[in-house]
Amino acid sequence: MVEAQVHPAGHESALALSLHGAVKTFGPVVALAEGTIEIRPGEIHALVGENGAGKSTMVKILAGVYHPDAGRFEVEGAPAAFRSVAASKHAGISVIYQEPTLFPDLTVAENIFIGRQPKGGLGLISKAQMRQAAHELFDQLGVPIDPARIAEGLSIADQQIIEIAKAISLDARVLIMDEPTAALSGVEVDRLFSVARGLRDQGTGVLFISHRFDEVFGLSDRITVMRDGHYISTHNTKDVTIEDIVREMVGRDVDQLFPKELAPIGEPLLTVAGLSRVGVFRDIDLTVRSGEIVALAGLVGAGRTEVARAIFGIDPYDAGTVEFLGKPLKAHDAQVAINAGMGFVPEDRRKQGLVMDLPVSRNVALTLRRQLARFGLIHGATERAVAAEWSARLQVKTESQQYAVSTLSGGNQQKVVLAKWLATEPKLLIVDDPTRGIDVGTKADVHKLLSDLAGQGIGILMISSELPEVLGMADRVLVMHEGRMTAELSRDEATAEAVMHAATASLEVAQ
Amino acid sequence: MSVTTPPAVHRETEKPSPVRALGGALRGREMPVLLALVVLVGVTYIANPVFLNPQSVKDLLLNSTIMILLAVGQTLLIITRNIDLSVGSILGLVAFMTGTLFATNPGIPIPLVFIAGMTFGALLGAINGMLVTAAKVPALVITLGTLYIYRGLNNAWAGGTQYFADDRPESFGNLSVNTILGFPVITLVAIVVVIIMAIYTVSTRPGRDLYAIGSDPDAAMLLGIPVRRRVFLAFATNGLLVGLAGVLYASRFNSVGAMTGSGIELNVVAAAVVGGVAIFGGSGSVIGAALGAVLLTTITSALTATRVDKFWQQAIVGVLILAAIIIDRVARLRTAKRLRVSEARDV
Repeated sequence: MVEAQVHPAGHESALALSLHGAVKTFGPVVALAEGTIEIRPGEIHALVGENGAGKSTMVKILAGVYHPDAGRFEVEGAPAAFRSVAASKHAGISVIYQEPTLFPDLTVAENIFIGRQPKGGLGLISKAQMRQAAHELFDQLGVPIDPARIAEGLSIADQQIIEIAKAISLDARVLIMDEPTAALSGVEVDRLFSVARGLRDQGTGVLFISHRFDEVFGLSDRITVMRDGHYISTHNTKDVTIEDIVREMVGRDVDQLFPKELAPIGEPLLTVAGLSRVGVFRDIDLTVRSGEIVALAGLVGAGRTEVARAIFGIDPYDAGTVEFLGKPLKAHDAQVAINAGMGFVPEDRRKQGLVMDLPVSRNVALTLRRQLARFGLIHGATERAVAAEWSARLQVKTESQQYAVSTLSGGNQQKVVLAKWLATEPKLLIVDDPTRGIDVGTKADVHKLLSDLAGQGIGILMISSELPEVLGMADRVLVMHEGRMTAELSRDEATAEAVMHAATASLEVAQ
Repeated sequence: MSVTTPPAVHRETEKPSPVRALGGALRGREMPVLLALVVLVGVTYIANPVFLNPQSVKDLLLNSTIMILLAVGQTLLIITRNIDLSVGSILGLVAFMTGTLFATNPGIPIPLVFIAGMTFGALLGAINGMLVTAAKVPALVITLGTLYIYRGLNNAWAGGTQYFADDRPESFGNLSVNTILGFPVITLVAIVVVIIMAIYTVSTRPGRDLYAIGSDPDAAMLLGIPVRRRVFLAFATNGLLVGLAGVLYASRFNSVGAMTGSGIELNVVAAAVVGGVAIFGGSGSVIGAALGAVLLTTITSALTATRVDKFWQQAIVGVLILAAIIIDRVARLRTAKRLRVSEARDV
């Protein structure tokens, strides 16, 4: 353990918030063994650690969701013991969670102001004032979201922005952001960071949790590292390197990213020509060959997921053709795509990739119901055997195949989704942000797995918002911007600058 | 969630006006219900003009009154993803208590009976609320249990006893006879309740919390909305309204006994669903539920007026429920598409 508390001169102001030796157990499971953090007013403090290190548990203690079993908790020098989320909010602590927590049936404006809607005459809520205030927030953030629309159907990036608007309107003294950038890219991240810096300059203490080191180092003033539920160290960001932090996080040296191994590239598996959907994407051409990893890069909202969904047959398209294995693929019929040998690992694994309350085995076998069934009935033992085999191959870490998937960590959940599709022995796999919100160790596992699959001749179409992942993994990079393809780059041509340029700039510049 | 709103963004020019607020309320899920009601009344009137004479209209309103109160109360719960199936039993108990109070205490002031009935109803509703929020068992199961328990109590208490209109003071019965501006007094009571509850659910913070809870209970918890307290209070308020309905039942109908109100709970849920209240919570309105209650009652009367077989009445209610769900689904898909296209234009 490296104990490196730093108190540089001129920074001896009172702490906005401090937590020392917090413990939280759930039955026999120790979620947090020693939670320690000190946040100063006017600093951006990064909290890093692998998934399962106890970061989220600690955040929930600070937010008043969990009550620690032991530990000392102080807010602005006064002891604090929050009995509820409302109490924590009242004390000036605002939290943006990893998964946006919006109400789909309510309007955007109401989502921001729920529980504290502005009142007009007679003490009744004034919708006009509420929308006006939401407008002002969005103008401040520079985003064109209509406050009067309902939240249902908003992209994750927009949902995140609404969460940020909510936190800003709360005028928080401590703002905690639990992986706010996991679903954002490029412009959104920059916007979020300028907002965070603005808040810091106004004296807000910002706690920032992220798995992206470029962000951690670009944004934070100090970094606290956690591992296996324990506090490890706190550093001034300018005094340490990425390697130092990674070593402390994992307790060993690791390659940050697993680059794709060279595999023989074969015949085209998937050929898409002129694919269009009104208002969503236009004139999309792409080819994926066997053994090839093709990255679909671009900003969130560029239409990448929508293209993938249309190819796989989840959504309809208006024009264009999709050919798979030399034959036209029926539009808007995912079952046909699955039967033909396509797999789809969705972006939002909790909602679209898994049945969270079902056991691991049942989830893995979900795509195999036909094959496993005899006379329409599924034989439980066969199902478990097949599931166990695939879970083992992908090294899914769970004590029992019969535990609900919801009990697994994010990385292991992603492995279950992958196992589910690999069990169908696909020829082409579409993966949408496969390492979103996954810790460094498991991330490397997933990358290695994708590389191995390509080595076996499977074609992979990978949507990714993380530039290092795109550059490290892809044989070819396709870049989308506002529903159109703006660049196709070979592995050699694909540099960070080239991809970002195509993702943000206009068509002419990219070509 | 208005479906027919143009995609144009309302900017700062927007000013609150009662007319626009009413328009907004009627644009959404309530509109199809209101339309169906108008068409139904129109067609029935053409087939049988007697349908709209003053006495028929008065009967229609009287018949709707109790159902309106029950549907409004139930809506508070359905919005939060809960339900109370014991409302028929609560209504029976309160109605029988009302009969008992008048029969055993001649000269008891009528307001006191109202207060007693509503308090008793609120207590029974609060018991449901306590069980649901403490036991964390779905309300469907809890209230199915209390449905039988409350009915059992009613049976044990009443036995074979029935109280008739003669046992109650004339002025109490007159609440269902006298009219103001053509509306029976008890109907006016129900209308006032609808207005109060509509304001509560649309324009107060605790009222909006109900929608948030039904839309995403976990998110509501994380945001510090007092979920349990709100749900408990919704159950108690529903009980209170059922209690009011129970007292009015005793005014409106001749006899109250052990089986009063039994089987009514599914009609109540049907009224709310037909009125556009989403059974999975988070959306729907009190006014819609009240319109749904009127619509279901009117159908019964209309089919009787046009001499349609009783059997068809139930089948038509079923068709309406399915229609309500399909309309809701189609509206949602259209909204999603509209948002998609308008967003593409914004970019």
